[in-house]
Amino acid sequence: MAERSFKSEVKKLTAGEGEVFTGEGILAVTKGLLQSGVAYVGGYQGSPISHLMDVFADANDLLASLGVHFEASASEATAAAMLAASVNYPLRGAVTWKSVVGTNVASDALSNVASGGVKGGALIIVGEDYGEGSSIMQERTHAFAMKSQMWLIDPRPNLTSMVDAVEQGFRLSEASNTPVMLQLRVRSCHMTGSFIAKDNVRPAMTVGEAASAPIRDLQRIVLPPANFQHEVEKIEQRWPAGIAYVRDNKLNEWFGQDSDTPEIGIIVQGGLYNNLNRAMELLDLADAYGSSRIAVYCLNVAYPLIPEEVSAFCAGKQAVLVVEEGQPEFIEHELNTLIRRADLQTRIVGKDMLPRSGEYSAAVIRDGLGKFLRAHAPHLAPAEAKPDPLPRDVAMEIPQRPAGFCTGCPERPVFAAMKLVEKELGPTHVSADIGCHLFSILPPFDIGNTTMGYGLGAAGASAFKPKDKRAIAVMGDGGFWHNGLTSGIGNAVFNKDDTVTLIIDNGYSAATGGQDILSSRADNPVRVTKNPIAKAVQGVGAKWVRLVERTYDVAKMRDLLREAMTSSEKGPKVIVAQSECMLNKQRRVKREQGKVLANGGRVVRERFGVDSDTCTGDHACIRLSGCPSLTIKSNPDPLRQDPVTHVENSCVGCGLCGENAHAAILCPSFYRARIVSNPTGWEKFRQGWRARIVGWMQARDNRARMARAF
Amino acid sequence: MTQKNRIAIAILALGGQGGGVLAEWIQYVAREAGWLAQGTSVPGVAQRTGSTVYYVELARPDKGGAGADGRMPIMAQMPMPGDVDVVVASELMETGRAVLRGFSTAGKTTLIGSTHRIYAISEKQVAGDGRGNGEKILAAARERSARFIGFDMEAATERTHSVISAIMFGALAGSGALPFPREAFEAAIHHSGKAVKSNLAGFAEGFARAQGEIAMPQEAAPEIPTPTTTMGKVLAARARAGLPDAALANALHGLAKLMDYQDGDYAALYLDRLERIAAMDRAPFDLTQEAARHLALWMAYEDTIRVADLKVRAARFERVRDEVKVKDGQVLTVTEFMHPRLQEVAESLPGWLGRRVMGSAWLDRALSKGRHVETTSLRWFIALRLVAMGRGWRRSTLRYAQEQGRIEAWLDRAQKAAETDLALATEIIRAQRLIKGYGDTFERSLERFAAIMAQADAGTGADALRAAREGLLKAA
Repeated sequence: MAERSFKSEVKKLTAGEGEVFTGEGILAVTKGLLQSGVAYVGGYQGSPISHLMDVFADANDLLASLGVHFEASASEATAAAMLAASVNYPLRGAVTWKSVVGTNVASDALSNVASGGVKGGALIIVGEDYGEGSSIMQERTHAFAMKSQMWLIDPRPNLTSMVDAVEQGFRLSEASNTPVMLQLRVRSCHMTGSFIAKDNVRPAMTVGEAASAPIRDLQRIVLPPANFQHEVEKIEQRWPAGIAYVRDNKLNEWFGQDSDTPEIGIIVQGGLYNNLNRAMELLDLADAYGSSRIAVYCLNVAYPLIPEEVSAFCAGKQAVLVVEEGQPEFIEHELNTLIRRADLQTRIVGKDMLPRSGEYSAAVIRDGLGKFLRAHAPHLAPAEAKPDPLPRDVAMEIPQRPAGFCTGCPERPVFAAMKLVEKELGPTHVSADIGCHLFSILPPFDIGNTTMGYGLGAAGASAFKPKDKRAIAVMGDGGFWHNGLTSGIGNAVFNKDDTVTLIIDNGYSAATGGQDILSSRADNPVRVTKNPIAKAVQGVGAKWVRLVERTYDVAKMRDLLREAMTSSEKGPKVIVAQSECMLNKQRRVKREQGKVLANGGRVVRERFGVDSDTCTGDHACIRLSGCPSLTIKSNPDPLRQDPVTHVENSCVGCGLCGENAHAAILCPSFYRARIVSNPTGWEKFRQGWRARIVGWMQARDNRARMARAF
Repeated sequence: MTQKNRIAIAILALGGQGGGVLAEWIQYVAREAGWLAQGTSVPGVAQRTGSTVYYVELARPDKGGAGADGRMPIMAQMPMPGDVDVVVASELMETGRAVLRGFSTAGKTTLIGSTHRIYAISEKQVAGDGRGNGEKILAAARERSARFIGFDMEAATERTHSVISAIMFGALAGSGALPFPREAFEAAIHHSGKAVKSNLAGFAEGFARAQGEIAMPQEAAPEIPTPTTTMGKVLAARARAGLPDAALANALHGLAKLMDYQDGDYAALYLDRLERIAAMDRAPFDLTQEAARHLALWMAYEDTIRVADLKVRAARFERVRDEVKVKDGQVLTVTEFMHPRLQEVAESLPGWLGRRVMGSAWLDRALSKGRHVETTSLRWFIALRLVAMGRGWRRSTLRYAQEQGRIEAWLDRAQKAAETDLALATEIIRAQRLIKGYGDTFERSLERFAAIMAQADAGTGADALRAAREGLLKAA
């Protein structure tokens, strides 16, 4: 089950004609799919589109009643390949993932589906993880649209436009027999707002109906000679059809047509329109409702460009500013080509006014626009603003907050153990993977040398054929099932790699929101779970396979890692480190315990603490943990100056602090408190006489101490 | 404010603090009042302990609702420096971050920030004190806002058994920065239907505190101890007579600590040593003041006897109950994680026994594993109490001889330096701050201390010595 329940969001998806839907952008798009008569949906979870997957995973009854097929795909490649269902049948299908990474994985299937073309509308919803808060390489999905010749919709960021884009996307796809990508930036996915809903529509044909009447068309299969024909089709039929549809249905928008400054204009990606308008508003060039003093051509379809529209917009203008986020600046390049072909003398200005890289916030656009106006329309240009940054000495006091493992995370002890082995054997090359475990590269662990992609931890270590020291690869359970089993373990077995692979098996695809996967230990009524990773690893021929069922046992983890690093046995050494993701466990356990407590039942809570009078404030424990609940506070001892370690009440009692104190021989300050609510009669009785005897001794000691005290 | 057609609100919070919930409440209030509301955020990996910015924009349709042309406002997706009306930050450094990122503007922004700290890993992991300076942040927050409302929201959360998002919501309502009545805010909490009672309590607390003064978290200032025993009074009088006033507070704390640690004679030894240093000193008596601190800390070194002694005290049992919030009717057991090495055990025994035990392979094996010591059980309580009784023979232990030797060498070095250079002597004394921890950590800290002493012997000056010490304390 995902991190949170989406039952209330599922209810929103049932909204009918004329009802106001209020919610997140990505859920509005989800509703848009149902309003468009989508027949099947697949995808792979990841920020910022996880909620689309999560809400559908919780919407089984609704989807069944509409005859919509939904799958939580094994990978983006799986999802993209699903679109094959739209090749021969008039089935509308949608797939979704985090981009650019997911598009990378999907691109084999995407190229194939784009080559043969589609009969039913095929929509690829990509969550563009670019800019602030992104956790991936900064690249553009735009390039994929260009190279496979799929159309790229980048709607204005308001819920109405985004939902319209879904419906238009399907129609555009069908009109041009081409898959269409719908690009949504992170902030748009998580943006809340409202739109007027329509009724959900049952697909004209369901996947079941399609399967019962199979159609075979050799022309649609990517193999000679059809593949060569596809290339011609793309240029001669699908491209013109796509352009015609975009033009005739006015998918791109024009603002500020009665501009008082007709010699300049702005071309903007739809997704950046709101930020542009805000920048213009603050420069007195637009009002809050989009009335603009400068002509704006808004590209809700970012690829392909519509030559007639571009010529019409640019004609008579001396200079046009292109507001295009990311690089390379594909749109700017293409605009220059189109202007040249149309023999217009308009200057296309873009990356020389706006930054080459990074998110185009309203502030960034305002600065770039100011620069543009000073060069091309000085009478509109604002005075140059003087920056007034916070003085350096104040700014230096504000610490960075790198992402880290959650309180009680079962992955933390794995890296604590690695840290201890590193102390013994010296540093090792560590090939990291994608997932929460990648936080190991940050303080306090500082472990990991490279990361090459999801599930590619072991593959990333494959060049190392060690003589003395083995490389360690880390892989998460999510990445393992995504591809790591074959790309990593199978590869290592086949090539007789000697590396050590640590598979973090926390029971969920945790980093993407806690979705179930093949090896999840939970019961899932609509999926098959409980397929052990160790069995799969052995299935592809790995011999040295060890299972740790409680990662918090740091000493055991350390010893096992040492053994794996030094064992004389050949071939890959695979350690499956198994403990449930604490975020999800707490969510589950808290609910269960709350029920027991409410009924007066016995509940045990454990947490850790630090005795501040024995803590000397060296914080070695923190350097082996980094747990959010393990922190510092001012030293209560008036003579000591350094803060003492302190455990906050948010501690979930995972046990790592104690294990670390033992395994690393740290300090006797840690204690574990075990608090029993509604104890049994025997517990109460034992507690009673213990307290009496201990109390008597303590009182005696106290009197003696007072007698010799200051 | 009522004339305005748009209100921009930035919320800075850490993952798990409920910034998203707060953003939803605000939007609910606005929508119910007929405004349009949009919220954006970039959760992603920042959810996991990182800092996150939520942005809420409230706006009214053109012509105040169903206007002539019914135009909808174009909403921005992130806070624009210079154009943010309200900032709510859940922690002191996040308040600072709002200022750093330009979200808070002098003369425009109502800045509402908690003054409590949640330390970042870079602050926590250093061997000394890596905490950022909060006073500078407070000053900047005052300067770069129209109005700064700052109080300890963590304490307010604790007082009301609520969550910090409810406190922030209350403070936002109480600030009067939004054109909605208090009841409208409370209705949002009712509407969400979760933990309504505690959230309302938190809300009320936040609302009230928004009217108050800017306040940092309160820390109890330690009182200077007053002697209660004859021996204590004698030693206190001696300290008053023989030590400069500047050093008196530390010296009295030191006397109290060492009498608690060992006995009156040991505290008298402390005074002997301190007077030796004071004799070399002159105003403003930094050397004596620092020596009073560091000598007391060193003389109260943490051997197994001391650790056991502190673990079994009634006051400690009380403190633990308090810290882990045990309620009446609940049963508490406390387990310590002890891993004394053979060396530490041997060092705490009487010298003759310690030396014999030191070579024992059998005992070394027995101690190779950490012990789970359940102090609340009778068996372990008595065992620890027996170890604590070692106080009686502490003076004959190996560790005692070692530490007194180190202390004397250190004081000699300081005393010699004081003949020519008081600042250098003070830095030598302050190097004691490097000595920390147990086991390996302790040994490493001794090495660091020795390195500073070696530098002092090699003629390094006071400033360089201070820099070297600070460098070692900032190191992770």
